[in-house]
Amino acid sequence: MTLTIGLTHYLVVAALLFSLGLVCVLGRRNAIGLLMGIEMILNSANINLVAFAHYIVHDITGQVFALFVIVLAAAEAAIAMAIVLSIFRSFKQIDVTTTVELKE
Amino acid sequence: MGLTFPDILFYFLSAMVLVFGTVVAFSKNIVHSGFALLGTFAGVAGLYGLLTANFLAAVQILIYIGGVLVVILFAIMLTRNIQDAQNSNPRQKIVLACVFGLVVASLLFYIAIKFPRLEQGITENKLTVSQLGDALLGTYLIPFEIVSILLLATMIGAVMIVRKEIKPEEIKEPRS
Amino acid sequence: MQQNLTVQWLWLIPALPLFGALINGLFGLKIYRRYGEQPVHSIAIFFPAASFIITLIYFIQLIQQPAEFRQLLCYLFDWIRIGSFSIPMSFWFDPLSAAMTLMITFVGTLIHIYSIGYMHKDPGYWRFFAYMNLFMFSMLTLVLGDNFLLMFVGWEGVGLCSYLLISFWFQDLNNARAGMKAFITNRVGDFGFTLGILALLWALGGNWLDSQYTVLYPERLTLVFREIEKFAPLLVDQKIWGIAVPTLVCLLFFWGATAKSAQIPLYVWLPDAMAGPTPVSALIHAATMVTAGVYMIARLNFLFALSATAMTVVAVVGALTALFAATIGLFQFDIKKVLAYSTISQLGFMFLGVGVGAFGVGIFHLLTHAFFKACLFLGAGSVIHAMHHAYQQMNNHHNDPQDMRNMGGLGKQMPITRWTYLAACAAIAGFPLMSGFFSKDEILWKTFSNSNTLISGKILWVMAATAAILTAFYMFRSYFMTFSGTFRGGQATEVHLHESPATITWVLRILGVLSILGGIIGLPHLWHLPNLLEGWFEPVFESVSDLLNWHEYSLTAEWTLMILSIIIALTGFGFAYILFKDARSRIPVRFKGMFPGLYRLAFNKYYIDELYQSTLINGSIIFSKICGWVDTYIIDGLVNLVAFFGRVFSWLNGLHDTYVIDGAVNGLAYVSGKFGQSIRRIQTGRIQTYIYVLLGGGLFLILVRFIL
Repeated sequence: MTLTIGLTHYLVVAALLFSLGLVCVLGRRNAIGLLMGIEMILNSANINLVAFAHYIVHDITGQVFALFVIVLAAAEAAIAMAIVLSIFRSFKQIDVTTTVELKE
Repeated sequence: MGLTFPDILFYFLSAMVLVFGTVVAFSKNIVHSGFALLGTFAGVAGLYGLLTANFLAAVQILIYIGGVLVVILFAIMLTRNIQDAQNSNPRQKIVLACVFGLVVASLLFYIAIKFPRLEQGITENKLTVSQLGDALLGTYLIPFEIVSILLLATMIGAVMIVRKEIKPEEIKEPRS
Repeated sequence: MQQNLTVQWLWLIPALPLFGALINGLFGLKIYRRYGEQPVHSIAIFFPAASFIITLIYFIQLIQQPAEFRQLLCYLFDWIRIGSFSIPMSFWFDPLSAAMTLMITFVGTLIHIYSIGYMHKDPGYWRFFAYMNLFMFSMLTLVLGDNFLLMFVGWEGVGLCSYLLISFWFQDLNNARAGMKAFITNRVGDFGFTLGILALLWALGGNWLDSQYTVLYPERLTLVFREIEKFAPLLVDQKIWGIAVPTLVCLLFFWGATAKSAQIPLYVWLPDAMAGPTPVSALIHAATMVTAGVYMIARLNFLFALSATAMTVVAVVGALTALFAATIGLFQFDIKKVLAYSTISQLGFMFLGVGVGAFGVGIFHLLTHAFFKACLFLGAGSVIHAMHHAYQQMNNHHNDPQDMRNMGGLGKQMPITRWTYLAACAAIAGFPLMSGFFSKDEILWKTFSNSNTLISGKILWVMAATAAILTAFYMFRSYFMTFSGTFRGGQATEVHLHESPATITWVLRILGVLSILGGIIGLPHLWHLPNLLEGWFEPVFESVSDLLNWHEYSLTAEWTLMILSIIIALTGFGFAYILFKDARSRIPVRFKGMFPGLYRLAFNKYYIDELYQSTLINGSIIFSKICGWVDTYIIDGLVNLVAFFGRVFSWLNGLHDTYVIDGAVNGLAYVSGKFGQSIRRIQTGRIQTYIYVLLGGGLFLILVRFIL
């Protein structure tokens, strides 16, 4: 019985959060919305890492990893926003379906 | 009753994460999505706390909510068309996305459930901040240093990307 | 058994005139222009004279040998060699060829000397002497060659030179036509000669078994005369196409002889050949080329003796020709034509002689005929030369200098010419003690007493005797018309007539003397005098003497015949004297009036030339036109048809290339383009698309992993 909260619960939560993040990435036209989805995915990975560190590995490695992920996610968010702003300046919009001129 | 307080807390935090995540995924309003994201981050921070990763929970709140989310909100603010507040985050091909999402979710479920558990129960070996510090400056020193360089590069990069190109003719104008 | 002696320099005899011909032929024009006539004729006379001297030297050497060794062989190299069959390039000096060579070189040199005077101031001086030397070379090759092929080389060569010299003044189309006629008629004969050689080789080498020719006797394959002589008796029983080999081969060779020696039916070229300069007529058409046929038969005595049929044909044709030509000669008034027909007639006598088996006698008459006929022609040439010169002085360009009706009384102005001509006439008529008498009488006697021909010799004798009377008659007719009486061309012209220069008169003198005295070599047995020529020729003809049969007649019969010959000669002379001396008699004119038809027939040569023209020559022209039509329409049509199919095929190919191949290439390009365009739509540039694809692929792989 799953009443006792164990690893599985956390994994399930992380899975759901991952798929939500995926839906967000795939189903959005606003670039920023897209990036939000990416943040959610990263968070789900973090949950997985920490849960494993706590329940299985009993080591700090998982948390160190999660820390690094957070740092990188922050850096990446900053860059992403800079790019989005730059695109907004050029195209006056940040709709990913129309700003596809890179393909040409 | 097996339902202890940590369990209830867990369920509450999970619900918070997932509900707010749903709002982020399905809202048409970008501002709504932004603030729902805040709720998601908070829930995740709480989950960290339950997993006795107290330093990480604090960092989550500080960096994610205080850093990333703020940046996102600034970006939302700077890239908004005035008139289009309600429908600023439209959905597209949402059915296909949901299908994919379901497939991936079920796959991960399957893994999660089938994964052979080797847990040895909750131990009293608390993973503390000091352990984290030792690891960062001991075993994982090099990644630590590299990350710092990375952050420097990120800063410079972001500034470079965003700054305006100054064309030679434009220099004259503001002077006059 | 005859043995051959090997000698080194015999080949010089034909080679020296060839050398002279080359010098005059290649450089003559330059020499003539720069230095005039003298170097040209000096070269041209030097070489035949040198040949004569070498001939004399070898002749003396031959005399010194005993009879069995009287043969000199000069072997140079093997000309053709096929397996064991070889044809050597070698020259053979036996009594027969020695006699011929002596006569040819001697008379030839004399005529070359004569030509100095006759051809003086002719623009083609150097060409003339070059051709004459070339002729000497050919004729000497003919008589000195020791095998059929070398003889044939000479045979053809004299034909060529005859053509070149007859049409020497080719600017006049008639002269060119005469040359062509001579050459083509000769060619018809050469064909027969060639067939004879081939048939002989066939017969020697093998036989026809079951209609397939197989070589049975490869060792017998040869064309050398003395070797064929050995094998000849073996051929007696062989037949080709049902005809005995000796008969067939001899008839084919005789065919060649009729053309070369102007017998019936191929004599028609000789009268026309008078269009050439008179020295040419003297040398080629009197003394040498035309006698080649007689020489050939004498050389092949061993073959002819085996076939009575062939001998009969030869004798009959000879007798017929002698009679026939004499009748034509009766009424001609061109002096050279008279001599031409007389040549044909005398050649008939020669063939009669060899035809009945008297080979040596035939050659005897050949030699004496060379002397007196050359003398006659050169004398006529002297006369023509004087007449021509006189007409030129008078600016008379339409009177014919050769027409005897314009002559007369020339004996006064040209005594040497007159007396030598008279001597030669006497010889040809057969006056007693002249050279011609001995040879002609011997022929008549042998004809009468022969039993080798299938036709009785008596009949042949009658024909020949008739021809002899006519010969005497018309020859003296020509003498009287030319030299006796008064000049019929007018006194003004007469003043310009004078005797010919020394180069001409001395030659005439020499030949005249020979015409009188030449008979010494063949004195008849009847007078109990030695016959040098008969003994000389004995080694050559002894092998066949067993095959030949002669009737035995008493001495009385022989004396009777001889006296008959003398009567014949004197009768002819008498009639001519009566009718033509000083042109006093009116009988010739009345005779013509009495038999106009006959006269016209004989005068127009019995219209034989016209007959040939309408049948053979027109037939050949029609045939060639038909061939031309076939070539243009049928053969060219076929070629064009093939070309047409080629064009159609290439047009189809073009279509194929345009539509099928280009279509394939273009189609490929089109398909590639369309394919590319459709694939291009993958590149959407949208992230979500890429993520879908990525995930989709990953999930698919996982799914597959799970299922499998």
